[in-house]
Amino acid sequence: MTLEAKIPEGPLAEKWSKHKFNLKLVNPANKRKYDIIVVGTGLAGASAAASLAELGYNVKAFCFQDSPRRAHSIAAQGGINAAKNYQNDGDSVYRLFYDTIKGGDYRAREGNVYRLAEVSVNIIDQCVAQGVPFAREYGGLLDNRSFGGSQVSRTFYARGQTGQQLLLGAYSALNRQIHLGKVKMYTRTEMLDVVTIDGQAKGIVTRNLITGSIDTHSGHAVLLCTGGYGNVFYLSTNAAGSNVTAAWRAHKRGAFFANPCYTQIHPTCIPVTGDHQSKLTLMSESLRNDGRVWAPKSVEIAERLRKKEITADQVAEDDRDYFLERKYPSFGNLVPRDVASRNAKEMVDDGRGVGGSGFAVFLDFADAIHRLGKDAVAAKYGNLFDMYYQITDEDPYKQPMRIYPAVHYTMGGLWVDYNLSTNVPGLYALGECNFSDHGANRLGASALMQGLADGYFVIPYTLGDYLATIGPKPVDANHPAFAQTKQDVMARINSLLALKGTKTVNEYHRDLGHIMWEYCGMARTEEGLAKAKGLIHELRADFWKNALVVGENEEVNPALEKAGRVADFLELGELMVDDALMRRESCGGHFRLESQTPEGEALRDDDNFAFVAAWEYKGDNQPEVLNKEMLDFEFVHLTQRSYK
Amino acid sequence: MNLTLKVWRQKNADAKGAFVTYKAEGISPDMSFLEMLDVVNESLILKGDDPIHFDHDCREGICGMCSLYINGRPHGPKRAITTCQLHMRSFGDGETITIEPWRAGAFPVIKDLATDRSAFDRIQQAGGFISVNTGGVPDANVIPIPKVIADEAFNSATCIGCGACVAACKNASAMLFVSAKVSQLGMLPQGQPERYSRVQAMVAQMDEEGFGNCTNTRACEAECPKEITLTNIARMNNDFFSAKLFREEHAHEHASGE
Repeated sequence: MTLEAKIPEGPLAEKWSKHKFNLKLVNPANKRKYDIIVVGTGLAGASAAASLAELGYNVKAFCFQDSPRRAHSIAAQGGINAAKNYQNDGDSVYRLFYDTIKGGDYRAREGNVYRLAEVSVNIIDQCVAQGVPFAREYGGLLDNRSFGGSQVSRTFYARGQTGQQLLLGAYSALNRQIHLGKVKMYTRTEMLDVVTIDGQAKGIVTRNLITGSIDTHSGHAVLLCTGGYGNVFYLSTNAAGSNVTAAWRAHKRGAFFANPCYTQIHPTCIPVTGDHQSKLTLMSESLRNDGRVWAPKSVEIAERLRKKEITADQVAEDDRDYFLERKYPSFGNLVPRDVASRNAKEMVDDGRGVGGSGFAVFLDFADAIHRLGKDAVAAKYGNLFDMYYQITDEDPYKQPMRIYPAVHYTMGGLWVDYNLSTNVPGLYALGECNFSDHGANRLGASALMQGLADGYFVIPYTLGDYLATIGPKPVDANHPAFAQTKQDVMARINSLLALKGTKTVNEYHRDLGHIMWEYCGMARTEEGLAKAKGLIHELRADFWKNALVVGENEEVNPALEKAGRVADFLELGELMVDDALMRRESCGGHFRLESQTPEGEALRDDDNFAFVAAWEYKGDNQPEVLNKEMLDFEFVHLTQRSYK
Repeated sequence: MNLTLKVWRQKNADAKGAFVTYKAEGISPDMSFLEMLDVVNESLILKGDDPIHFDHDCREGICGMCSLYINGRPHGPKRAITTCQLHMRSFGDGETITIEPWRAGAFPVIKDLATDRSAFDRIQQAGGFISVNTGGVPDANVIPIPKVIADEAFNSATCIGCGACVAACKNASAMLFVSAKVSQLGMLPQGQPERYSRVQAMVAQMDEEGFGNCTNTRACEAECPKEITLTNIARMNNDFFSAKLFREEHAHEHASGE
């Protein structure tokens, strides 16, 4: 099948404007005749639901949490990029576009990324108008800071809680529409399937997480804004509830899943302490503005640190290796995340890791505290330092943080065209849920930008075109497809509840996570991936025989919820491994040991792999089919990415 | 560490609840409180028992979903953190820990330790917003805001909506929660046009939900994981009284002359 990305013709800077003009409109009086389903209420979902309701559409919004304000966008710390050039330091839409394409290791679409950079400036205006309290200078204007992968300061922030403030802004816009009756909000409700009629998405099936009631909802279009799938690794910076189920169910109903192997391992997280651990906590990338990353120069010193015979401050300056500054003098500690992560892993593999487990390097603020004073450092990063202290019982004002990479974000996701439509008409994917803008590696402070760009400024235009095409005729909620899909969902729930084996679902999840981290994590090989494929296959078979799921459907039953999610992760994990096996090149977050430069950097193979891998589901236990969308680079020249 | 847990178990909103005692054994001091409960739940599941239900999600102290009343205090014994950030090193080996859900009429129990806090959403829906549509807004730097005002508005905006303030209050008052949003938007220039209608709408909804009133005990402030201050309540009262005492156009004049 040929994938139509539908990127408009013409010069980069005119593509989106021209496209907007060419899109069909729905007249104001007809908008109220359309019902739109929005699943997920993070930045993408809340902004889309509010914006569409403002236009006059009837929106039904769904989230599994107890309130739309809890979506995991809330946890984003560092900031949001925008090409405002308020700092007069040489930023522009084109530069943000270029940094993002390059940061993504030339595996994203030029057209999409340029549009993202273009609307980034509107996002900041919108958020300020909503009352989002961004950081400000003494003159009263907005402050910026710099972030990895760029040499300008274009990141807007609200202390270390930018995601929270942006989400509460979108939540307030959503609340206003709920109040006006244009959005009907369903909380503690999980989407379990998509309903398609004649190949078009016309509704969803949900489970009420309080009563267990399985319900169908119809609409003219379904928007999935359900986030990423990082929890396939069990340990990640994602929330406990973050899952792939909505996207995976859509995939099994025909939507292609693109680039699943592109996962972002964030360099600065608090290291793992033991098997009991349920999640990993990020320490914002913004810390690398002032923190210096280092490891001891010798294995001997590292060993003494691990045994706690000495402390970090007793390591002489000459015995420290500030490895990012040494290897990448122009970007230093601000190299992109994939590069920083791989280098930390190299230190650990080299025997120079620190902390009890040896799986950590230092992030040191001694210089910054000396230069700026403790108060200034606290004003910038206070809440992060407090969080670090609560978790580790160590004071980062006195000794360097110990950090290690952890799974954070997934660049892969549902395949969408320029209009954010999946290949299933009427089914859209926004935010982290889609694959579209970050290529093989996402730059810091770009996730918030993309989620809000999709929701506030892209979907309100592109959805109208589809709706105008299909017309406002009501969706037939009595169509047999609804009853059939509901029956499928109930059958699946019953088969999960019938599992009365001896191993908890959580144990399966942890086992899957170990396999994924070991073989499909920061470094991947043909041999390891092949092994992982077998292991996951066995684990999945075992799950459906020996898992233990307690309780009933007609009650609050988190064990059942988790079982459904882990069952989907087990299937996704196998596809991720297939994708990683197929891609015999290194690019961004996907590092194949067989493909590296003499300096150990990711070596792309543009001749053979400059494409988006869009996987097509063909039935249970059937191999998925690879569809390629070739990436055309008209405006940027593909080069070996260098941050030296 | 080995601990004894006295946990409130309640099948659903209509059922009668009771404390049930559990042993938590082999607990590491590095575990978070919720990870300790995970361990207990895994052992309950393996015995075929119903695991203890509690709300949680981000596990990094920001989503506001976790909500336990631990040894008589919301979010446990430590200041300024949520339950998910509470670690077992804050307890002693052999200790007995009592765990209850938030206790407030406006937060009915859903199951065990989880309560229904949708009243908070309804209060926000009543007026916790600035009425701007997407698009058509001015450039972000058109409105300079003094840094001190922006910082103070930010302090109010850090509320995570967990409900600890209500749980801590003998009156089950939601005034700290409501006043945080009223203050944030009331301090910023963008929030001025609706300042007085907003405070009235939000307070009216707060009353309708059955929350009590503030009697300045300051338990909310002491227990708030984000250290939202009582000053917010004073600001809200000021705006509320202005709105009630003056006609709306005069309330704005009154504010500008204060």
